[in-house]
Amino acid sequence: MQVTLTINGEERSADVEPRTLLVHFIRDDLDLTGTHWGCDTSNCGACVVLVDGVPVKSCTMLAATAAGHEIGTVEGLEQDGVLDPIQQGFIDQHGLQCGFCTPGMLITARALLDANPNPTDAEIREAISGQICRCTGYTNIVKAVRWAADHATAATPGS
Amino acid sequence: MQIPAAFEYERATSVEHALELLHARGPEARLLAGGHSLLPMMKLRLAAPEALVDIDALAGELGYVREEGDEVRIGAMTRHRDILESGLVAARLTIFTDAEKLIADPVVRNRGTIGGALCQADPAEDLSAVCAVLRARLVVRGLDGERTLTMQELHRGPYETTIGDAEMLVEIRVPLHMGGGSAYEKVKRRVGDWAIAAAGAAVRLEGGTIADAGVALTAVGGDVMSERAQASLVGRPPTEDAFAAAATLAAEDCSPTTDQRGSAEYKRHLAHELTLRALRSATARALREEI
Repeated sequence: MQVTLTINGEERSADVEPRTLLVHFIRDDLDLTGTHWGCDTSNCGACVVLVDGVPVKSCTMLAATAAGHEIGTVEGLEQDGVLDPIQQGFIDQHGLQCGFCTPGMLITARALLDANPNPTDAEIREAISGQICRCTGYTNIVKAVRWAADHATAATPGS
Repeated sequence: MQIPAAFEYERATSVEHALELLHARGPEARLLAGGHSLLPMMKLRLAAPEALVDIDALAGELGYVREEGDEVRIGAMTRHRDILESGLVAARLTIFTDAEKLIADPVVRNRGTIGGALCQADPAEDLSAVCAVLRARLVVRGLDGERTLTMQELHRGPYETTIGDAEMLVEIRVPLHMGGGSAYEKVKRRVGDWAIAAAGAAVRLEGGTIADAGVALTAVGGDVMSERAQASLVGRPPTEDAFAAAATLAAEDCSPTTDQRGSAEYKRHLAHELTLRALRSATARALREEI
């Protein structure tokens, strides 16, 4: 079946089986490999993308269901060479080691800050509680999100 | 890689359309709501429907929480997140908010729906006990009209409901009479995991005694609702002795099994302790409401 959706503002289309999961559609059919494919069981959160602005685990949604919707992935965070504050926060606060969980963390954090520009540490921890970092970097991830909240408009790299 | 077995895919644009598609596809078709129960089952080949009727587009038509008369009506496609964030639910059906906070994780709650959860009939699923405690009625629609079921009538057994091949759950009607004095207590190993055990309770007080009570358990086998525990509370003052007696009956009536989450003995201990805590919390809330 033909699945057409908007991803990071661009309309894309591919012919796939109905059983194709959104994560594989994004990675294999649209060649956007920033979204990671992790546990496959909706536990780890490496595959989180935005569907109409809402964070969703893309291993547990059919590409067919996403047809006609607006998808946002980690590739869409940077705009014209300028990193999103959340990306800059992860750099400044060492919010990653191996980087596997990072795309999902970034997307969930972006959605949190869009809804709640000044979250408490408890709210940040709750927001990312469905995501697993196996480098045990949660403390720095929380700091990174905090940094992004404090630098919401200062998105210049190295700032 | 976990990929579901192949299936035919249809997308419904209204409840009527979904029912027509189910009717046309026959008994091997299934509704796909939020997908967070059915898709994992399909990936593990525990479910292999020949056709899926995707009702994601009905999230508007069947996504609502509203007060009507002496009940709250929740559309079957209402997402967990929307129930958790409902001020009406938090104020009037507190047990729902208690339970929703601990269902899966925030990202999963963005997709999962109450209707999908109830129809999955997973013995470890929380909202079945919540709905049983509050005596919710389930509105099931078919091509010929609607019928209304209790939770006990909905569930035939684990993962099995009495909903027909060309029928769907469209609405959950929750009476308000015990909603304010209600609570849910759950123990799970970590965020996102299912309950090791959980208990829900609700009480309605009249002149210092319990006029009505609901007690139900999650993930410990047997019937969700503990009729003996409920009956033991009615007519008694809401004391520790009454709660302990009810908790003992609830723990006796459940039938937990030993698995990787804990021993049967530990789960029975939890059933007792969590029933006790839920009754204390529900009563404290009911007393606050009376003031």
